Amino acid sequence: MSMLKFLGKRLALSLFVLFGLSILIFTISRILPGDPVRMALGSRAPQWAVDNLREQMHLNDPLYAQYYYWLTGAVRGDLGQSLFTRRAVIEDVREFLPATMELALSAGVIMAVFGILLGAVSGRYSNTWIDNSVRIFSYIGIVTPSFVFAILFLLLFGYVLNVLPTMGRLSPWIARPPVITGMVSLDALLSGNFAAFGDAIRHLILPAVSLALGGMAQEARITRSTISDNLRKDYIASAKGFGVPERLVMFKYLLKPSLIPTVSILGLDFASLIGNAFLVELIFNWPGFSRYGIHAMLNKDLNAVSAVVMVLGVIFIIVNILVDLIVAWLDPRIRLGAERGK
Amino acid sequence: MGETLLEIGNLHVEFKVYEGRLRVLNGVNLSVQVGERVGLVGEAGCGKTTTMKCVLKILTSPPGKITEGKILLHDKDVLTMGSQEMQRVRGHGISMIFQDPTAALNPVFTVGDQLMSVIKYGSKGSLSKKEIKKRAIGTLREVRLPDPERIFTNYPVQLSGGMRQRVCIAMALSTEPELLLADEPTTSLDVTIQDQVLRLLNELVERHGTSVIFITHSLGVVREMADRVYVMYAGNIIEGARKEELFANWLHPYTLGLMNALPKLTGGGIAEGIPGRIPEYLDPPSGCRFHPRCPRAMQQCSQSIPPVVHAADDHDVACFLYRGETDE
Repeated sequence: MSMLKFLGKRLALSLFVLFGLSILIFTISRILPGDPVRMALGSRAPQWAVDNLREQMHLNDPLYAQYYYWLTGAVRGDLGQSLFTRRAVIEDVREFLPATMELALSAGVIMAVFGILLGAVSGRYSNTWIDNSVRIFSYIGIVTPSFVFAILFLLLFGYVLNVLPTMGRLSPWIARPPVITGMVSLDALLSGNFAAFGDAIRHLILPAVSLALGGMAQEARITRSTISDNLRKDYIASAKGFGVPERLVMFKYLLKPSLIPTVSILGLDFASLIGNAFLVELIFNWPGFSRYGIHAMLNKDLNAVSAVVMVLGVIFIIVNILVDLIVAWLDPRIRLGAERGK
Repeated sequence: MGETLLEIGNLHVEFKVYEGRLRVLNGVNLSVQVGERVGLVGEAGCGKTTTMKCVLKILTSPPGKITEGKILLHDKDVLTMGSQEMQRVRGHGISMIFQDPTAALNPVFTVGDQLMSVIKYGSKGSLSKKEIKKRAIGTLREVRLPDPERIFTNYPVQLSGGMRQRVCIAMALSTEPELLLADEPTTSLDVTIQDQVLRLLNELVERHGTSVIFITHSLGVVREMADRVYVMYAGNIIEGARKEELFANWLHPYTLGLMNALPKLTGGGIAEGIPGRIPEYLDPPSGCRFHPRCPRAMQQCSQSIPPVVHAADDHDVACFLYRGETDE
């Protein structure tokens, strides 16, 4: 019950955050120098065409009026037109977002599973050769940008070994499964097309892994330090001392309290994955949302910029609420505090 | 004399740290008879807890390492036992109450979950889930926690310090151990609660006929709780005797210091302490580790380790002052 109240409060608060974010990005994108319409139409377009389009997009109206038009459209789900694709921005979002979500979710899963696994093993066997190799890997993972991994993987697995595809989401000879979620691998699975599923997964591996490595290293480090700290706690000695089997102590009584900091960082890392996906999408020719967003910003595609930022804002908020819920589930101290306090 | 339950012989423990090796236990000798309540007294940092962790083989290793010695439980050496055999010793053989109940309880699991795990894996024989739960609530009731059904579903953070320690006592006794290691179970509690918890513990131990090693830094507590007392200093047992004997005829200068440190009911004023502090384990004093603080130190005290001397009936002391009496 009070959990619902907590959730409701968070959601209400998020609306304010989104509202503020929309004002901010709307204003910034419009006061930056450069004429978006001129950029869209090209330097050789006649002046009357530029004037027409400006009028059509209400760009001659005062800023608050423009914002009013944008906001009234946005609450109805109309985010305006893109100056470049000449389509409703919401169409573009629908087309490009699933590709990035597919990439980011896969990278998120890889990051969480392997990060926690490596960290746990490293913390359990701290100061052995296992721990040392994981720590070296972590340092490399943290300091190397994801596009470096992307290029290395592309060269190694794509050209030298030639074992994995390096372009796009699906091989050209495989028909795209019907769109259900927009994520090719999931759509293929849902429609029972296992050939397409396998192919989609093969396409996912390199970009997802290059994107995941940095965060994975981060999770591994944090998990390692909490595990090796908690390993020295009295409650672990106590559980062992009462004859609780080692395996149960490790996987239940040690892992659960140790995951709390990892999950918090995992949320932040996941949100930044989507932003970081840009170069990886570029390198692997992945028709994704990050690529679309950067393109929009470079070309002052006003409505597209607002839409991209708002969508990222929504994702960020959802991820944060999820993280809070998971942490509250893991940690009764937080859960009980929330129930008692508010 | 009854049957010997536990015998620790010449136990040496080292901790590896960055600066070198800490020689924390330096040949500990101690024994517990069946049904006996043993008090282990000494300053903070003298190795009491380390000794107890060795008995259960829960010393964090690395950095801690047992380098020498034996720990016999019913004449079987715990230190050479395999993990299967050790599993049977832990819980219903030996169980332990930790000094700080807040640290000893897992913060993210309910009291019931933890207690049931302890009963499931620590008890003799296999019990059904229903029996385990029944026994769990039963032991919570036995340690006089109000509303045991509710506490069963509570997290440690919802309980007070005294209640947490009662939960720990319930855990330690729920497996019906032969030997209970109680590591300063009242140190972290409020003074007003300390007495209650001590009394409860004493009563339960008496009712179940459990043997106990009761660790404390106060001789006053020992006087109430123990049949036999061992005094420990910097990794050595320096004196051991039956309680009445020890309080009547203490021998070791360190024991004398502890006696003087007891607050007196009459006379007023702050009790005397022992000047100085526990030595560094990285480079402990040669010979008797107490000699730098000892008011009666002689030349040989810094040169060789004093042997354990049988000073009187059932009274051992490790001090050169009493050397003569062994040479009969």
